[in-house]
Amino acid sequence: MGDASVISGGFMSAITSSLRRRRFDSLVIGAGGGGLRAALQLARADATVAVVSKVFPTRSHTVAAQGGMNAALANVLPDNWHWHMYDTVKGSDYLGDQDAIEYMCRAASHLVVELEHIGVPFSRLDDGSIYQRPFGGQSQNFGGVQAARTCAAADRTGHAILHSLYQQNIRARTHFFDEYFALDFIKDDQGYILGALVLEIATGEPLLIEAKTTLLATGGVGQLFATNTNARINTGDGLAMSLRAGIPVQDMEFFQFHPTGIAGRGMLITEGARGEGGYLVNKDGERFMERYAPNAKDLASRDVVSRAIYMEVRDGRGCGPEGSYVHLKLDHLGSDVIKKRLPGIRETIKTFLGIDPINEVIPVYPTAHYTMGGIPTNRFGQVVMPIKKGAEEAVPGLYAAGECACVSVHGANRLGGNSLLDIVVFGRAAGNHIIEYLKEVRQHRPVDNESVEQAMARFLRWDARAQVEGQEETVDALRRSLQQVMEKYCGVFRDDTILTQGVEKVREIEARFQNVVLRDQSKCFNTARIEALELENLIDLGLATVISALARKESRGAHSRIDYPERDDLAWMKHSLYFKEEQRLEYKPVRTQPLTVDSFPPKKRVY
Amino acid sequence: MGYGVMRFSIYRYNPETDQAPYMQDYELETAPEMMLLDALEQLKVQDETLSFRRSCGEGVCGSDGVNINGRNGLACITALSSLTEPVEIRPMPGMPVIRDLIIDMAQFYHQYRSVKPYLIVHDPEPEVEFKQTPEERERLDGLYECILCGCCSMSCPSFWWNPDYFRGPAALLQAWRFLADSRDQATAERLEALDGTYRLFRCHTIMNCADVCPKGLNPTQAIGNIKKMMLTQLT
Ligand SMILES: Cc1cc2nc3c(=O)[nH]c(=O)nc-3n(C[C@H](O)[C@H](O)[C@H](O)COP(=O)(O)OP(=O)(O)OC[C@H]3O[C@@H](n4cnc5c(N)ncnc54)[C@H](O)[C@@H]3O)c2cc1C
Ligand code: SF4
Ligand code: SF4
Ligand code: FES
Repeated sequence: MGDASVISGGFMSAITSSLRRRRFDSLVIGAGGGGLRAALQLARADATVAVVSKVFPTRSHTVAAQGGMNAALANVLPDNWHWHMYDTVKGSDYLGDQDAIEYMCRAASHLVVELEHIGVPFSRLDDGSIYQRPFGGQSQNFGGVQAARTCAAADRTGHAILHSLYQQNIRARTHFFDEYFALDFIKDDQGYILGALVLEIATGEPLLIEAKTTLLATGGVGQLFATNTNARINTGDGLAMSLRAGIPVQDMEFFQFHPTGIAGRGMLITEGARGEGGYLVNKDGERFMERYAPNAKDLASRDVVSRAIYMEVRDGRGCGPEGSYVHLKLDHLGSDVIKKRLPGIRETIKTFLGIDPINEVIPVYPTAHYTMGGIPTNRFGQVVMPIKKGAEEAVPGLYAAGECACVSVHGANRLGGNSLLDIVVFGRAAGNHIIEYLKEVRQHRPVDNESVEQAMARFLRWDARAQVEGQEETVDALRRSLQQVMEKYCGVFRDDTILTQGVEKVREIEARFQNVVLRDQSKCFNTARIEALELENLIDLGLATVISALARKESRGAHSRIDYPERDDLAWMKHSLYFKEEQRLEYKPVRTQPLTVDSFPPKKRVY
Repeated sequence: MGYGVMRFSIYRYNPETDQAPYMQDYELETAPEMMLLDALEQLKVQDETLSFRRSCGEGVCGSDGVNINGRNGLACITALSSLTEPVEIRPMPGMPVIRDLIIDMAQFYHQYRSVKPYLIVHDPEPEVEFKQTPEERERLDGLYECILCGCCSMSCPSFWWNPDYFRGPAALLQAWRFLADSRDQATAERLEALDGTYRLFRCHTIMNCADVCPKGLNPTQAIGNIKKMMLTQLT
C-alpha cells in the first residue's frame, strides 16, 4: 500500500535532513506490561532506554486484565511448574514450543514473587501469602484434578501489575515518550534494525529515534473483530510494522474467542468468575458444559467452552428473545465472594447492563479476545525468521515480547492467566538478552536514509491524500466493514467456502483503502490521522489472519474447521509464517524439545 | 431522555486555526444503552476533526475524563440516559487545552511522580513473598484502584490555583496508598516530603474530589489520614 510518488525526491531529502533525532541504547515500543518489564530490566542495568507509547503508559490494555497470572506457588492446592507446563502444552493443542513453555513455567513463581516485592497488591490468604484461584485448563499431576494456580489482585490483576511496573520505572528513571505513535522501523541494507520513526501526536511532528536495539511490545490486534474485549488502541501496529519490514507474522489463524464477553457488547467477564464457582446455563437452565467436558466442566479450555456456547445457541438452546446467548450464573456465590473477589466485573455489569450479578444472571457470548499469533521470536525475545540458513535466524537488533510476539508459549489456544505471565517472563528475558547484546555492540550503526525516507513517505502521504476528490472512503466506515467481515468470515467455526469469501472481501477492503481521505488536516493532536494509520495496520493483519486460516486444513485449538474437524499432526503440527510480500505462507516446525525434561507428545485433548 | 435525537454542545478549540475556543452544537440519533463515549465517537464520524482521548471503553484506563454538564467524569461509563440536554461537554478545567477535549496533563503527572508512588523497602528481600494479612491488604482497597484519570484533581479549586505546589487529590491518594501499605518502609521520608504549607495542606476539605471520582475512591479521606499520621508520627 505504498505511494510515495506524490512526494518529490528533493523535497524528501530536505525533510529527512531536518528531521529531529534522538539516540538511545535501547528503544522499547509499547508501555504495557511487556514493554515496562523489559524497560525496568534495562534501566536497572544502566542502559539508556526510551519507551514510546501511543497512550500514557497506565492506559495500555494490560490495565484491563482481570483474573490473574499463573504460577505454581502451591499456596492453595499442591502444584509444581512441571504440571503447569503440561497444562500449557496440552492447552496449546501441541502447537506451543516446549522449550519456551518450560522456560516460562519454571520462571513463573520467581517472577510473581518479584512483582509482589515491587508492590503489586495481590489479594491474600489467611496466612498472608498470595491468593490463588482456579482457572480454566489447570490440573494437578498431569491431567488430574483441578489446580488453583492463578495469582490474583481481586479481579484487577492487570491494573495492579501495570501500575506497579510503571511506578518502578519512574523510580528507575526510564525515559518515556508518552503519546508518540511508532510508524516504521529504520533498517539498513544488512538487515539491522536501527530504531524507528515515531510521530509526536500532540504536535504532529515526526521524530527519529536511533537505537542499537528495538523491542516491540505493542500488544494484540483485537480490533480486527466487530465485537471484542480489547481497547480501541489494540490495532496490532507492531505486527504490521514487522510485515512492512519484510518480517513474517506467525500463527495468525489462531485467534482466541473468550467464552464470556457480555453478549453484543464485548466487555469481558473474567474466567475467574467461573474459577470462583460460577457456571454457564442454557435456556432450559441446564449446566451444559457437563456434556461437553465431563471432568473440567466450566473450567475446560477456552476454545472448548466457546465452541460449546456457539453450538448451544446454534441448536436453539440459547437464552434471550432471540436465543442469541447463554447465561453465566454467579447469583449463588453470595455477595461476600462477589464483593471481595470480583468487584471489578460487578461494577462493569452494573454500568453496562444495569443489573447486579449478586442477584441476576449475565448474558454472555464468545468474543474476540487474544492474538495467539504474532512476531516470531525465540525464548530470548529475539525476532527470528528465515533469512539465509534455517527458519529461525535472529533479525539483528530486533526483539519482541508480550501479546505482539509469538514465542510460542500459547500455540493454538492460550490458557487464561498465561498472558500476564508471558509478558513479564519474556519482557524480562528480552531485557536480559538486550543487555548482553549491548555489551558487544558498542556503537550505533549509521542510519540509512533510504529507509527513513520510505517511512516518512508513508506518513506524509496523508497530507497529499486530502486533495484527492471523487470516490472517498472514510476510515470509520472501512474499519467497520473490516471488523464485520472478520467476525462473519473468520469466527469461531470456519470452512473453505467462508474463508475463501473472507479473503476476497478483505482484499476488496484493501483496495478501497486507497481511496480513504482525511478530512482533518491539522497537525495538532490529530486522532483521525492516527486512526487512519491504525486502519492500514489492521487491514494487513486481517489479510494475514484469513489467508493463514484458509490454508490450515485441520482443526486445532482456536482454529475450528467444519470441513476438517480433526487435528492432523502429521501434516499440520507446524507453525505458519505469513509474509506481506506476495501474501505468501511458509511453515516451520514446532520446537517439541523442552530444555531439561521429556517432551510431551501429542495426545487426544479431552477435558 | 437519552433516546431519540439528543442535542450536544461541545467545546472546540484548535490552536492552529482558532483564535479562541467556541461551543459547537451537534445533534445525534441515540439508542437507550449508549454511553457518552459512543455518542462522541458517532459525532466524530459526522465531524472527523472533533478530538478526544479514549482507549478501553469500560472505565479502567482513565483516558476519557471530560467535563460533562459541569461535572468531571469518564465519557465511557456515563450513560446518555443520565444526562440533561443539551449535553454540555468541555475539557476538564484547570489544565491547558491542547485541542478540543484534550488537555495537557503534564502537571498532574508531575505531581503524581513527586510523591514517590512506588513501594520502598530497605530490608533485604526474602525468597518468597512478603507476608501481608488479609486485613492489612484490605487497607489498600479504595486506594490502589486509582486509574489516574484526573477527574478529582481537575475538580479541586486548590489544585486549579496552585498546580505547581499543591500535590492534588490524586497524587495524595497515592501517597496514602503507600503509607498505608504494611510492606512499605519509607513512612518518615514520605511524611516529611509532604510537610510544609502547600503540598498537602492546601486541601481545604472541599470534597469535590471524592464527589466526582468515577471509581468511587475518596481522596479527602486519604488526605485526612495523612494529616492524622503526621500529627502522631512527626510530633
Ligand atoms: C479484558 C481483558 C482481560 C484480560 N485478562 C487477563 C488475565 O486475567 N490474565 C492474563 O494472563 N491475561 C489476560 N488478558 C490478556 C493480557 O492482559 C494481555 O495479553 C497483555 O496484557 C498484553 O500485554 P502487552 O504488554 O503485550 O500489550 P499491551 O498492554 O496491550 O500494551 C501495548 C502497548 O503498546 C503501545 N503501542 C501499540 N502500538 C503502538 C504504536 N504504533 N506506537 C506506540 N506505541 C504503541 C500501547 O500504547 C501500549 O502501551 C486479558 C486481556 C483483556 C483484553
Ligand atoms: S477535599 Fe481537598 S483535595 Fe479534595 S477537592 Fe477539596 S481541596 Fe481538593
Ligand atoms: S482518585 Fe479517582 S478521580 Fe482521582 S485520578 Fe484516581 S480514579 Fe481518577
Ligand atoms: S476509555 Fe478507558 S476509562 Fe474511558
